[in-house]
Amino acid sequence: MSLPEVGFELTVTTDDVRYEFTLFVSGASALAARAIANARRLCDLHCSGNYRLSVVDIHEDASSLLTKNVLVTPTLVKSLPLPVRRVVGDLSQRDKVVDALDLPATRVVRGTMARSM
Amino acid sequence: MLPPKSSIARPDPAASLYAKAGLTVLTATRAIADEAPASADVSAPKVIGLLKTPTGISGLDEVTGGGLPRGRATLVCGPAGCGKTLLAMEFLVRGITEFDEPGVFVAFEETIDDLRSNVASLGFDLAQLEADGQLMLDHVTLVHGDIQETGDWDLEGLFLRLGAAIDAVGARRVVIDTIETLFGRFADRGILRAELARLFVFLKDRGVTAVITAERGEGTLTRHGIEEYVSDCVIVLDHRVKEQTSIRRLRVLKYRGSYHGTNEYPFLIGETGISVLPMASLGLSHSVSNDRMSTGNAVLDSMLGHFGFFRGSSVHVSGTSGTGKTTLAAQFCNAACQRGERVMFFSFDESREEIIRNMLSVGVDLRQWTDAGLMQLHCFRPSLLGLEAHLFTVQQLVGEFNPSIVVKDPISDLASLGTPVEVAALLARQVDYLKARGVTSLFTSLTSAGGPTRVEQQMTSLADTWIIINSVEDRGENKRVLYVVKARGMANSNQIRELLLTDHGVELSDVYDGAAITKRPGDS
Repeated sequence: MSLPEVGFELTVTTDDVRYEFTLFVSGASALAARAIANARRLCDLHCSGNYRLSVVDIHEDASSLLTKNVLVTPTLVKSLPLPVRRVVGDLSQRDKVVDALDLPATRVVRGTMARSM
Repeated sequence: MLPPKSSIARPDPAASLYAKAGLTVLTATRAIADEAPASADVSAPKVIGLLKTPTGISGLDEVTGGGLPRGRATLVCGPAGCGKTLLAMEFLVRGITEFDEPGVFVAFEETIDDLRSNVASLGFDLAQLEADGQLMLDHVTLVHGDIQETGDWDLEGLFLRLGAAIDAVGARRVVIDTIETLFGRFADRGILRAELARLFVFLKDRGVTAVITAERGEGTLTRHGIEEYVSDCVIVLDHRVKEQTSIRRLRVLKYRGSYHGTNEYPFLIGETGISVLPMASLGLSHSVSNDRMSTGNAVLDSMLGHFGFFRGSSVHVSGTSGTGKTTLAAQFCNAACQRGERVMFFSFDESREEIIRNMLSVGVDLRQWTDAGLMQLHCFRPSLLGLEAHLFTVQQLVGEFNPSIVVKDPISDLASLGTPVEVAALLARQVDYLKARGVTSLFTSLTSAGGPTRVEQQMTSLADTWIIINSVEDRGENKRVLYVVKARGMANSNQIRELLLTDHGVELSDVYDGAAITKRPGDS
């Protein structure tokens, strides 16, 4: 798996953004790459066409450590719709993420999530 | 960190060798810390010993032989409320105020405001130290409820945050209180353990001396086995209630590569922080005085080689009930006060007013000295405090008042506080402590007619001077007789003299030549 690009913002929306996520990762690590890939896939599957996903590298933006209280990486924070919810880990356990972030279910499931070897 | 130049240039070969050795160790640990932390213990020459970071906590540096291992982590564990957080905080504060080593405190449980106010009563002004840029308090809040784990994770955020705090103040000391809180939050213990192991390597690499606190587990040292990661130095705190008396104790369970006191040492959280009393570790190395001090009775002085007791010695006066032991002690105090010296009198069987009245009846006016502030009278039943607390109280009072004489009347009342072995240890510590301070101690003890009690037996070796007062029945009279059993370092009299309690104190008559004197064991 190639190392990811971090610090980007991905918006896929037709009209108003309904879902807003921030993914905090630590540097260009394999863990970060997996989390980013999984986050994108998750968004596409469950919030298709209607989300904004920002990826923040805590090494680049240290203020997030205190303001967002990020101790664990990767951390995915869903800030919209309220209430704010968060999960940690590489997001490979999709059911848990969907449940914890209260995302809509999807009928189509193609492929699997990226996991550590 | 580096030894001062002058110590290297000093002609004394031993000193320069030490300085060189210090330098060697320093370079060695540095290099090791950068490359392979695991090999440190193998390659470091054992002869030289570890570099230590003094805690500045009263007594703790003595117990640990100079402080905590420098550049390593020390585990402080114990049950809730045993003083872990306080010990850790004092380590940081003293580091700043006494050793110019800035510090970081990472709190997982208490908030910053709580931390500040909790130690304010000990005179630690954390806000000021923070303003001076020497202290960083960081309260790490954990998200409410369970943290949902959806796969692999790490604690990089915590590492970064800790690193930033260390950099911000240039910290040399770090406290993490209590890292085990994390165990309640994460389901994946495997990851958490790996991350904690990484955290301790991280701290070592940063070269900071760290104190990690942990809660004591059921039958284990810590609840979640933190001791697996922090293994250089382990300090265990304990807080017990024995016979309604609370006692805090400290023990150095382990100190890799260093000698340390192995006992359980009582410690106290006082007005100025923690004090550990490593009394049993006091060697018999106190300086001795050739000064003599009058007993307050000219005849008794003459029986003790004409000049009375040695200053800083221990005196034991034993006798049966009503033989004038207290009066003798009071006269000794009276004489000292007349010379302008300070005395401290502990009574375990009479109240303050009783002593003053009773002594006045034999012509010794103690009130003038208590009023003048030369004499302190402390009256309490020994059962009020436990053994350790008793020791502490006495030492704290002595430390504050700085008397030249301490009287305890009678020590036989202490026998109820513990087993004979415990009481004996207490007396030995007490005598050593007073001797080390150059304080003359006079302990009285009440003997029964049956022979020496256990407390008395203990005192026979501890006391430098032993005086016995007995009652004898002689020709229709109950007479009190006094003799000196032993008096180390002086030519003492073998005479037995009759003791009379008069309205101007104890009087010793001429040599008693009655026939009915019961000899006591140990009499020489």
